[in-house]
Amino acid sequence: MKVSEIVQLLDGVVLSEGDNMEKDLHSACASDMMSDVLAFVKDQAVLITGLCNPQVVRTAEMMDMLCIVLVRGKKPDTTLVELARDRGITLIATPHRMFAACGILYQAGLKAEV
Amino acid sequence: MENLHFEYEVAGNNFSQAGMASDAVKSTLKKMGIASEDIRRVAIAMYEGEINMVIHGGGGVAVIDIFFDHIEIKLIDHGKGIENIELAMTPGYSTAEDEIRALGFGAGMGLPNMKKYADVLEIESEVGVGTTVYIRVDFH
Ligand SMILES: Nc1ncnc2c1ncn2[C@@H]1O[C@H](COP(=O)(O)OP(=O)(O)O)[C@@H](O)[C@H]1O
Ligand SMILES: [Mg+2]
Repeated sequence: MKVSEIVQLLDGVVLSEGDNMEKDLHSACASDMMSDVLAFVKDQAVLITGLCNPQVVRTAEMMDMLCIVLVRGKKPDTTLVELARDRGITLIATPHRMFAACGILYQAGLKAEV
Repeated sequence: MENLHFEYEVAGNNFSQAGMASDAVKSTLKKMGIASEDIRRVAIAMYEGEINMVIHGGGGVAVIDIFFDHIEIKLIDHGKGIENIELAMTPGYSTAEDEIRALGFGAGMGLPNMKKYADVLEIESEVGVGTTVYIRVDFH
């Protein structure tokens, strides 16, 4: 699934274009606890989260994740957006809540594991 | 090969900057061509340790030595210290405030994560004096 497809499925907006807009993304993880992401993520490409602070980008960066989806219409400040842009990570905001966003992407074929 | 030596100041209680040192180490290892699985283990262990320095230790210094086959990371703070290290290592144990939890940390998984990804993890701490965390990750 390409980033453009995620954006479309989630009625999202792209806040920062990453380096991998054309890459096929296969798996995702959803969490509001960054330590859980650091503990359990293997090679998931997408991070879906209700958090909205720079540590979301740092965590994704540490895990080599390519795309972050901010749920519930969160509007990140410029620091977060700049950090994502700088790291080449795609940042998407969606009005959907966590459960719905996950369900929509899962149904469309994004998996929990690679 | 000579080892590479770096030192980074880690500002206490500055949550938005936390992770900058780990990020810098990660990109250095990347440039050196270290395997990405090894880099990720280093990044996770150091990042959790750096976050701990920021939220529990009042900041400090990260001392990094990179050798051809491993990395040594020393995280030194002069914060409140850890009373019971064994207890602190328990998955889920955390003294973090709710406001830290609202930021996505404080799940009590930091030290267990560091243990999981490091080849060697040693913690020295004295209450009221500070904490030194030693992390060694071998490159495979
Ligand atoms: N550098 C430190 N200085 C003081 N206390 C620390 C430090 N690192 C860890 N601790 C203590 O150990 C506990 C467990 O740490 P950790 O497993 O990283 O969980 P968390 O950071 O989510 O609370 C912390 O809640 C804190 O009480
Ligand atoms: Mg921690």
